[in-house]
Amino acid sequence: MALAPLACLPFARLARLASLCIALLCAATSAQAETRDIIARLANAKFPVVKQVIEDLAAAGDPTVAPFLRKLRAGKVYWRKSDRAVFIAEREKRDYALFDPITGAKVDQVGRRAAKKVRVNNAIRSAIDAALAGLTLSSPKVETRLAAAKQLFADRDASALPALTAALAREKDPTVKTAFEDARAAILATSTAATPSERVKAIARLGERGGSDSLNALSAVDAKAPADVLAAKESAIAEIKRSLAVWGAAENIWQGVSLGSVLLLAAIGLAITFGVMGVINMAHGELVMLGAYTTFAVQEVIRVSAPALFDVSLLIAAPLAFLVAGGVGVAIERGVCRFLYGRPLETLLATWGVSLILQQLVRSIFGPNNREVGNPSWMSGAFELGEMTITYNRLWILIFALAVFALLLGLMKRTPLGLQMRAVTQNRAMAADMGVRTGWVDAMTFGLGAGVAGLAGVALSQIDNVSPNLGQSYIVDSFMVVVFGGAGNLWGALAGAFTLGVANKFLEPYAGAVLGKILVLVFIILFIQKRPRGLFAIRGRAVES
Amino acid sequence: MILRALDTRSAIFLGVLFILAVAVPFLNQAMTPGSAAHLPSFAVSLLGKYLCYALLAVALDLVWGYCGILSLGHGAFFALGGYAMGMHLMREIGDRGVYANPLLPDFMVFLNWKELPWFWHGFDMFWFAMIMVFLAPGALAFLFGWFAFRSRVTGVYLSIITQALTYALMLAFFRNEMGFGGNNGLTDFKDVLGFDLQSDATRCGLFVATVAALAFGFVLCRIITTSKAGKVLVAVRDAESRTRFLGYRVEGFKLFVFVVSAMLAGLAGALYTPQVGIINPSEFSPANSIEIVIWVALGGRGSLVGAAIGAVLVSLAKTLLTGWFPELWLFALGGLFVLATLFLPRGVLGAVEGIKLRRSRPAREPAPQPAE
Amino acid sequence: MKLSRRQMMAAMGAGAVGATASGRYAFAQSDTIKVGVLHSLSGTMAISETTLKDVMLMLIEQQNAKGGLLGKKLEPVVVDPASDWPLFAEKARELISVSKVSAVFGCWTSVSRKSVLPVFEELNSLLFYPVQYEGEESQRNVFYTGAAPNQQAIPAVDYLKEQGVERWVLAGTDYVYPRTTNKILEQYLKDSGVAAEDIMINYTPFGHSDWQTIVGDIKSFGSAGKKTAVVSTINGDANVPFYKELGNQGVKATDIPVVAFSVGEEELAGIDTAPLVGHLAAWNYFMSADTPENEAFIAEWHKFTKNDKRVTNDPMEAHYIGFNMWVKAVEAAGTTDPDAVIDSIVGVTAPNLTGGVSAMMPNHHITKPVLIGEIQDNGQFDIVYETPGLVAGDAWSDFLPESKPLIADWRSPMKCGNFNTVTGKCGGAG
Repeated sequence: MALAPLACLPFARLARLASLCIALLCAATSAQAETRDIIARLANAKFPVVKQVIEDLAAAGDPTVAPFLRKLRAGKVYWRKSDRAVFIAEREKRDYALFDPITGAKVDQVGRRAAKKVRVNNAIRSAIDAALAGLTLSSPKVETRLAAAKQLFADRDASALPALTAALAREKDPTVKTAFEDARAAILATSTAATPSERVKAIARLGERGGSDSLNALSAVDAKAPADVLAAKESAIAEIKRSLAVWGAAENIWQGVSLGSVLLLAAIGLAITFGVMGVINMAHGELVMLGAYTTFAVQEVIRVSAPALFDVSLLIAAPLAFLVAGGVGVAIERGVCRFLYGRPLETLLATWGVSLILQQLVRSIFGPNNREVGNPSWMSGAFELGEMTITYNRLWILIFALAVFALLLGLMKRTPLGLQMRAVTQNRAMAADMGVRTGWVDAMTFGLGAGVAGLAGVALSQIDNVSPNLGQSYIVDSFMVVVFGGAGNLWGALAGAFTLGVANKFLEPYAGAVLGKILVLVFIILFIQKRPRGLFAIRGRAVES
Repeated sequence: MILRALDTRSAIFLGVLFILAVAVPFLNQAMTPGSAAHLPSFAVSLLGKYLCYALLAVALDLVWGYCGILSLGHGAFFALGGYAMGMHLMREIGDRGVYANPLLPDFMVFLNWKELPWFWHGFDMFWFAMIMVFLAPGALAFLFGWFAFRSRVTGVYLSIITQALTYALMLAFFRNEMGFGGNNGLTDFKDVLGFDLQSDATRCGLFVATVAALAFGFVLCRIITTSKAGKVLVAVRDAESRTRFLGYRVEGFKLFVFVVSAMLAGLAGALYTPQVGIINPSEFSPANSIEIVIWVALGGRGSLVGAAIGAVLVSLAKTLLTGWFPELWLFALGGLFVLATLFLPRGVLGAVEGIKLRRSRPAREPAPQPAE
Repeated sequence: MKLSRRQMMAAMGAGAVGATASGRYAFAQSDTIKVGVLHSLSGTMAISETTLKDVMLMLIEQQNAKGGLLGKKLEPVVVDPASDWPLFAEKARELISVSKVSAVFGCWTSVSRKSVLPVFEELNSLLFYPVQYEGEESQRNVFYTGAAPNQQAIPAVDYLKEQGVERWVLAGTDYVYPRTTNKILEQYLKDSGVAAEDIMINYTPFGHSDWQTIVGDIKSFGSAGKKTAVVSTINGDANVPFYKELGNQGVKATDIPVVAFSVGEEELAGIDTAPLVGHLAAWNYFMSADTPENEAFIAEWHKFTKNDKRVTNDPMEAHYIGFNMWVKAVEAAGTTDPDAVIDSIVGVTAPNLTGGVSAMMPNHHITKPVLIGEIQDNGQFDIVYETPGLVAGDAWSDFLPESKPLIADWRSPMKCGNFNTVTGKCGGAG
C-alpha cells in the first residue's frame, strides 16, 4: 500500500531515490500512508472538502506536510485528470511539471489541459495558516516558530492549546517563549473553557502587551463572561487605547512627513524652473510622468533580459530618468522658453501646450492604461516601530527626497554652475557682461529642474499610478508648495512641502480627506495675504521686476 | 459716453453680433430642414456655447488685458453663475422629477435628504436666481480681491492663489454633503421661464439672449476701458508702484474691475448652463481656467474683440479636431498653443494688425507690448 | 476691402460650423449603417474608455465580416469627448444629428451619462451604456448593459456574510455611484441585523493618492474582535495607490478582505498583485471564465489588437452583449429606426461570455450572472462564487425609501420608466 504511489515513478528515478526512500519509508510508513490518503481527497474537491482535508492534515500532525500546504496556499497544487492523483505543479512553458506532494520529486510532465488546479479561497488560506501554525510550532527555525506564534495569537483557536502548551515547555529561545506565552494568553482570554482566574491573568498579560492585535483579542472576549473577567477586559482595553492614542499622534506626524516628502519631490524641480528662472512651467507634471515611464521602460527591459537585476532597477532608472526628463527640459527651454524670458505668463501658455503634447505622446506610445511598475524587494512591506507601521517605500522616498534636496542645494551653493545660475537669475545683463554664457546656463538650469522632476517620477512610480495623467494630479499641489514656501528659495520648498504635508494629515482624521484638503488650500490663500511672497521671501529690488 | 467708447472695430464687432442674432434663428427656424441654407439646431447650441465662452473671455480680458491681473480662477466665477442658474432650473422641474418630489431635486431624494438646504431657498424665483447669478461671483470676487489687493499680492503669486481658489471650490462642489449634486452636478433641466429647453425655438431664444449678453458685456467693458478710470487701469497694469506713488488708490481700481469681470463671467455661466444642459464641478477645474487664459492670449490680450475671437477659435478647433482626429487632436491643439505664443505674441488680432501696419508703414516700429 | 476682411475674421466661427455641418451631411447619405462610439480617448477617463472604443471597433468589424446588418455594412463613427462632460452632450448631438448614427455605444461615468440623457431623449436615438452604475434610472432611449446595484453589490455582501464577516467598512470615492451604493448597502446591512457601530463609511476625493491614514483607520477598525471586510467603491485611478498601500502595510485578504466593484483586470494590470492575492471583486464577467465563448472572444481580441497581453474585462463583455442585442433587435424590426428597435429589443436574448444567455428586460436592464473573484498573483481573478441563475437588473432599489415603490416597464401599455405602484401614476414623464 505504501509503495503504491511510488509505482508511478520512472524506474531510473526510483533507483536513484531508493536509499533515501527506504530510509524514509521505514521511519514513517504508516503516517505517510495516512497523509497521502488524506491528500488524495483533494482531487476535484469543493471548498468545504478542501477545508476538511486541511483540518485532517493538521490533526494528523505530520510536519513533513508543511511544504505541501504552502504550495496549496500559493495555488500550485493540481490533480491529474487521468487518475485523479494530486501533485504539486509548476508551469513549464506550455506544460505542467508534476511533483510528488510529500517528497517533492518530479514525477511527470503533462499538457496544460491534463491537470486541474485545486482551488483555494480566503477561508482555505486562513485554514492553511492555522494548520501551518500548529505544525510548525516545533520547527528548528526561530522565525518560523515566531510566525506560528503570531498566527495562533490571531486565530485564538482553543484546539491548538495542548500543542502550544507542549511547545512552550520545550522552548528555549526567550523571544519565542514570550510569543508563545502571549499566544496562550490570547487563547485563554477568549476561551470559555478556561477558569475565570486564568482568564483574568491572561487578560492582564494582554493589557500589558498592548498593541492593536491585543486589542482585537480583548474585544473578542464574550459579553457573557463572569463579571471579574469583564472588568479586567475593560481596564485592559482602556489602557491599550490610551497608549494607542499617543502612538496615533506619532503616526500622524510620520504620515504627514511622508506626504511632505512626496510633495517636496514633486515641487523641488518646479522650485528651480519656476522659482529661480521665473518660468511658469505647466509641463512640470509631464516631466515627472516621463520619469515614471522611464522607470517602467527600464523595468520592462530588465524583466525580459536580466530578471536578476530587478532589485536594482530603480538605481538604474534614476539616472536615466534624470537624463530623459532633463533632455526634454533642455529641448523645451531651447525650443520655446528662451524666446519668452521676461514674459513669465506667456511661458505658462506655451508650456501648457507642451504638456498637452507630452501627455498625448506618452498615450500614443505606451497606451492610455496604467503601467505596472514593481516595487523592488527592499521597497516592499513594512516594519513596526512601536505601534506605528512604517512602510519601506515611504521611508525610502523620504530619504530619497532629502538626498535630492541636499544634492541640489550643494549644486546651487557650491559649484561654479550654481554660481552662474544664481548670477544669471539675479541680473542677466550683468552676468552676460562678466562672461557668463547666459543661454547655456539657462538651458542647464531648466534641464536641472526638469531632471529633478524626472527623479521625482521614479519615486512616485512606487506609490502612485503610472499613467498619462500622473503629472496632472501633482501640478497644482506643486505650485502651492512653491508659492507657499516662497519662490526662488529651495529651503522654502522644503519648509512648504513638510508644513503642508503635516497640516494635511492632521486635518484628515477630523475633517475627512476632501475637507482637509480644502482647508489647507484656504489656509494657503490666507497665508499669502499675510506674506505675499511666501514663507521665505527674497527681499530687494529684483523682486518687483 | 457710449459713442466715444465705440471705435470702428467695436462697431463692426457689434454689427457681426447683430447679424448673428438675426441670421441664426432665421436660418434655423424659417428654412426647411435639409435644405442647404438650413442651420441645424446642433449648430445653434454650439454657437451659443461659443458665445458664452466669448463673453467669459471678454470678462477675463478686462482684468488681465487692461489691469494686469492674471486670474487663473475665472472658471470659478463662470461656474458659480452657472450653478445659480442651474439651481433655478432644478427648482423649475418641480414635481416632474423621477421621484415626483415637489420640493427636492432628484439627487437629494435618492441620497435621503429630508429637507431643502437653506441656500436652495429662493431659487424657485427667476429674478432671485438672476440676482444670485451676479451676486454670488461678485461677492466672492469682492471678498477675495479685498484681501488680495490690499495685501498687494501681485503677479504670479496672485495667479497661483486664484488657482488655489478655484481648485478648493472644485473639491468643495465635488463633495456630496455640500448639496450641489456632487460630481454629477445639476442636470435634466426641463424648461426655463416656461419654455421647453428641448425645443428649437427656446434654443434660438437663448442664443439671442447670449448674443445680447455678449454685446452688453462688450460695451460695458469698452466703456470702462475708454473712460478715465480705464487709463488708470492701464497705468496699474504697466507700472503699479508708479501709479500708486502718483496718488491713485490702486486697490480700489483693481477691486472694481475684478468684481465687474467676475459678474460678467457669472452671466456667461448662467447662459451656458441651459444651453449645454449640465453644470458640474469640473467647470471649476484649474485646467478649464487655464484654457480661458489661452483663449485671450491667442485672440490678442488687451483687445476685447480679440479675446472673443480667441475663445471662438479655440473652441471651434476643439470641436472640429475631436471629431476629425479623435486620437491625435491634443497634438494639434498643444502645437497650436506653442506656435501661437511663439509667433503671435499679440494674438491673432495683433498679427492681423501687424500685417496691416507693415503694409501702410514699411518702416516698422515695434508694437507696444503690455507688460506683465 | 479692410472691412470685409475683418468681417470675415469675426464671422469665421459661424461659417466653419455651417460648412462642416453641411459637409458631413453629404457623406451621411452613403449606404451604410452608422454606429456611434462615444468614449473618451483623452483626459482622465481615457484610461478606462479607450479599450471600449477598441472593442466596439472589433465587434463592428466582426459583424461586417459576417455580412453586415440588413444587407448593409456597419460603419463606426468615433469621436473623442475628452473626459469633458459638457463635451459629451455636444458630441452626442453631433453623432445623432450630423453623422446620423443609428445607435451610440458609449459613456463610462455617471455624469457623462447624465449629460447626454436629454440629448438622446430629445433626438430620439439609442444609447448602450456598458458600465456598472448606481441605478435609480430607467430611460426609454438608454439600455443599461452594466450591472445595477442588485447585480453586483448585494450579492457580494451576501457572499462576505457567508464567510463570517460581521464588521463593514464602506469606502468609496465621493460621487454618486459610491454614495448610492453605500446607502443601499447600509440599509441592507442594517436590515439584516448589523449594528450601526459595526459600519464605517469613508469617502475620498477623485484620484486620491495618499491612503496612509485611511488604511491605518481600516486596520484599527478591524481590530475590534470581529471579522472585518472592506467594501470598496473606490473609483478607477485611486485604486492603484490604495492597493499598494494595503499591500505594503500588510493588510492581507485573510485578515481584512477587500471586495471591490470598480477593480477589474484592466486596473490590476497596473499593479503587482502578489501582495493582494485573495482580495475580491464582484463583477458579471471575469477574463478567467472557463467557457468556449470567452476563449473565442479573448482570441479575437488578441488578434484584433495584435497584442496577446491585452486583458478583457466586464464593461467589454457588456458592450459585447449590448451590441449583439442591438443587432438582433434591428434584424427583428427590419429597420434601424429607434422606435422600432426600442419595441423589438425587449425580450431579445444574447449569449454572454460566462456560459449563460442574457435577456433585455422591460426596464432596459439585462439579466446577468453575479460572480465573485479572488485576485491571483498573475493579475487575474479566480472565480470563487457564482449566483445559481441570472439576476435581473433592478432599476429602482428596494433599499431606498423613495425608490422602493417605483418600477420601470417600457412595453405598452405602461411605457414608463418610473411608475409609482403606490399612487398608480407614471412619475416625472411629462
